[in-house]
Amino acid sequence: MTQAEHERHFNDKIAKEIKIEPNDWMPDEYRQTLIRQISQHAHSEVVGMLPEGNWITRAPNLRRKAVLLAKVQDEAGHGLYLYSATETLGADREQTIDDLHTGKAKYSSIFNYPALTWADIGAIGWLVDGAAIMNQVALCRTSYGPYARAMVKICKEESFHQRQGYESLMKLCNGTPQQKAMAQDALNRFWWPALMMFGPNDAESTHSEQSIAWKIKRFTNDELRQSFVDATVPQAEILGLTIPDENLKWNEERGHYDFSEINWDEFWQVVKGNGPCNKERLAARIKAKEEGLWVREAANAFAKKRAMKKSA
Amino acid sequence: MSNSDWPLWEVFIRSKQGLNHKHVGSLRAPDATLALENARDVYTRRSEGISIWVVESAHIHATDIDQADAFFEPSDTKIYRHPTFYEVPDGVKHM
Repeated sequence: MTQAEHERHFNDKIAKEIKIEPNDWMPDEYRQTLIRQISQHAHSEVVGMLPEGNWITRAPNLRRKAVLLAKVQDEAGHGLYLYSATETLGADREQTIDDLHTGKAKYSSIFNYPALTWADIGAIGWLVDGAAIMNQVALCRTSYGPYARAMVKICKEESFHQRQGYESLMKLCNGTPQQKAMAQDALNRFWWPALMMFGPNDAESTHSEQSIAWKIKRFTNDELRQSFVDATVPQAEILGLTIPDENLKWNEERGHYDFSEINWDEFWQVVKGNGPCNKERLAARIKAKEEGLWVREAANAFAKKRAMKKSA
Repeated sequence: MSNSDWPLWEVFIRSKQGLNHKHVGSLRAPDATLALENARDVYTRRSEGISIWVVESAHIHATDIDQADAFFEPSDTKIYRHPTFYEVPDGVKHM
């Protein structure tokens, strides 16, 4: 086939909602966009373990500790599904991870905010996983097969992540006034960063238009953000918490909540590496890779020993 | 040696007795034993399986996607292999 025929065939599949699979011909830019987006997504899963992992030893009881451990373990698995998906596109896994460590690759800016109190762990489950799920449910229909399949599996597993966070906050909100204040404080700090998770406004989003055309993204940043606000406001009301936005109000005409403009200066500062925890997060990932080296070496030595025994 | 030297393994899981093993994804591991253990940890955290196969990706041979149309053409043209090809009067039962 000629280049033009390949392109026509590819566009035809996209138009007919036929998934693109690893060995199919695809435009270079489609491949690069996917590698960038999926690896960024993988990094977010992995870096996302850090703020929560920090609280495993301090969870208030055994039930919460077991739940948090299971959630963090899921995130590691999700990172793996996604790194595997980048490999199907020809990306080198080690290189992908090194790109994170050198700061070349990004991850979700939300994880550059600290988890200061136990209530933050509840807020992260409710809001951060809630926002991630909003985004990921849409991605279950993305045009690249391995990415879509990873998303289906991730969404199935993550539904408990949001629920456990909400349940944990519910407990605090029905507790002492101090506990409820702690929950409110967590919402105050995580609300805006959670809205920033959907990325820049559509007009400012550099990759959006082409990604929508290729059906990599199925909804724009602003559409997903609006869905998240609409879904989350009633959940906050049930908790008895106040969303920190005085302009938040139901718009009968639009059938959606109106809300204030996001502080985009803060967003770009965090994306550029100047958030409260950017340096700490990267340092933790680099340390984990370096200090985990002996485990990988031991696994190799053990595999070699087993192979020798077998052949002897 | 880093884990990029570890071979890639394809993971197949039988979800319950009576069903086929089905491809669920891939992972890297230094040998089959660790590949199976890692597959258990990442692909069956919620009782998704009762049996796992791992196969080194390098050992999988696949049809050429660019030749797919020609390769599968013989089957596409033989519509008489399907029961709907044959006409049977309305009154005929159990067929």
